Amino acid sequence: MAFNQELEAITQAFSGHGVDEKSLVTILGKWDPQERESFRKNTPHSFIEDHERHFQRCDDHYVRLLKHEFVRFKNAVVLWTMHPWERDARLVKEALKKGPSAYGVLVEVACTRSSEELLGARKAYHSLFDHSIEEDVASHIHGIERKLLVALVSAYRYEGSKVKDDTAKSEAKILSNAIKNVHKKPINEDDEVIRILATRSKLHLQAVYKHYKEISGKNLDEDLDDLRFKETVQCLCTPQIYFSKVLNAALRIDVDKNTKKSLTRVIVTRADIDIKDIKAEYHNLYEVSLPQKVEEVARGNYKDFLLNLIARG
Amino acid sequence: MATLIAPTSFSPGADAEALRKAFQGWGTDEKTVIAILGHRNVYQRQQIRKSYEEIYQEDLIKRLESELSGDFERAVYRWMLEHADRDAVLANVAIKSGSKGYHVIVEIACVLSPEEVLAVRRAYHNRYKRSLEEDIATNTTGHLRQLLVGLVTSFRYGGDEINAKLAKSEADILHESVKEKKGNHEEAIRILTTRSKTQLMATFNCYRDDHGTSITKKLLDNASDDFHKALHTAIRCLNDHNKYYEKVLRNAIKRVGTDEDAITRVVVSRAEKDMKHIKEVYYKRNSVHLEDALAKEISGDYKKFILTLLGKKD
Repeated sequence: MAFNQELEAITQAFSGHGVDEKSLVTILGKWDPQERESFRKNTPHSFIEDHERHFQRCDDHYVRLLKHEFVRFKNAVVLWTMHPWERDARLVKEALKKGPSAYGVLVEVACTRSSEELLGARKAYHSLFDHSIEEDVASHIHGIERKLLVALVSAYRYEGSKVKDDTAKSEAKILSNAIKNVHKKPINEDDEVIRILATRSKLHLQAVYKHYKEISGKNLDEDLDDLRFKETVQCLCTPQIYFSKVLNAALRIDVDKNTKKSLTRVIVTRADIDIKDIKAEYHNLYEVSLPQKVEEVARGNYKDFLLNLIARG
Repeated sequence: MATLIAPTSFSPGADAEALRKAFQGWGTDEKTVIAILGHRNVYQRQQIRKSYEEIYQEDLIKRLESELSGDFERAVYRWMLEHADRDAVLANVAIKSGSKGYHVIVEIACVLSPEEVLAVRRAYHNRYKRSLEEDIATNTTGHLRQLLVGLVTSFRYGGDEINAKLAKSEADILHESVKEKKGNHEEAIRILTTRSKTQLMATFNCYRDDHGTSITKKLLDNASDDFHKALHTAIRCLNDHNKYYEKVLRNAIKRVGTDEDAITRVVVSRAEKDMKHIKEVYYKRNSVHLEDALAKEISGDYKKFILTLLGKKD
């Protein structure tokens, strides 16, 4: 390979999710000091030329980036080998520590797991953190989101097939009225909306979703402006669409640290559940196959690992 | 400690046969029903039910419902159910009775361990095809709804760790909300529905140290609305549930027209758990034994059954 090609390969190896370990081993491993200096000089993003002292310094951002990218595969492995209950408990704890920008993960865990899985997460949380999930969520979150989030993590929804259709219809009306009156009473203060979303069974909510569309012509989540409520409805009623959207946002080269992490989170947590359906929905929405997109954007062991998980089901 | 006296070995088949005999002919031989069922623990009762079904192709509970009547029938019916199923039934009845029933829901949520509350929620799914919190939420509003739903959906941490600073600050919050009836109800609800029981005990102790009296004293029971009543019940149940049950029994006995429902609920639920402690608290408080106080107020087969569960030797 000519040097320019090698340079290109190494640049690629470092850009994306994870790192291409193989290229780094074969190419970098054989470069002599001049070639490595050439690499530094040709990568101004990552190395800053110190003209006064005649050397190329690592950019701080580059150092941090490398740390995250090398460790991405390890994090995926650790998350994958963990018991799903511990996994969810840790995801919740991390989200609470990160703050409001991460609370979507709370909604995701609370609404896309089965009743028994959520229960298991609550048990694991006791064991890991010496507090209950609802305790920590309630004491960490003080704002308007508290009511909804505490209610969501405490739910133990009925999972049978019985649904009362007229109740679903009347609750769709309640939601419709609440949304129309949002300028008088914000949605996160509406106890009835929270009651319906946080206590009804998923099948019931899917019936509500259907009736809402018939009444108002739009999808319930589209009409909700509050982000948490939107996510709640999406996770409960159309989880594969929700996950596809999260994946799509993550599968970009230049995306922030937290959004990047959601790629690992979604694939690892859904590999055993509904990754096949998510794949289909992703293709539906974005007209490109999920594995293909992962191939484009991820690197090395991390990429291979994800592709393996996606191929299940 | 339990008050129920049950043999260590028994034959479910023989019991099923004896019960069958008791049903035959005119009327029912209530004495036999009491003598057998009043002396079997929950596992034994389930085995008898299974045996009866196998031999006679009939549900023992349904048969009992048709053979017996009144308070006696209600007590035996409740007694025959497994703990979680019974509490699910009690919760459902309580929800339907509105104001009069909220304290039962609070009792179930606060006295039982987190795993036991979970079992009740599962039993509720099975019986009513809805979640317990769903039904409570549909039938209540505002702070009361928040409190009750919060209590039944809690899954409290069960460890011994205590945060003393937190106990102090949360004791103050409770003081504001409970005694002075102002202040942040949402915070009081948060504390009572999410903190571990050990942490809450520390908080209640802090309260007593800071304000000189126990948090349960002088709680304004009668003058308040449903929310405050439920709040006070929750605090009393979390603080010392044996004392709470003693009061329930004392009130049930004292009032004009004894409250058999309350007596049945407490005795049937606790006979296999800590009825002995409750009896001790009762005696200490009233200087008369619970059985003697009850014997004056209730009668007939119902009385015989309740006293049997309380450990009366034949």
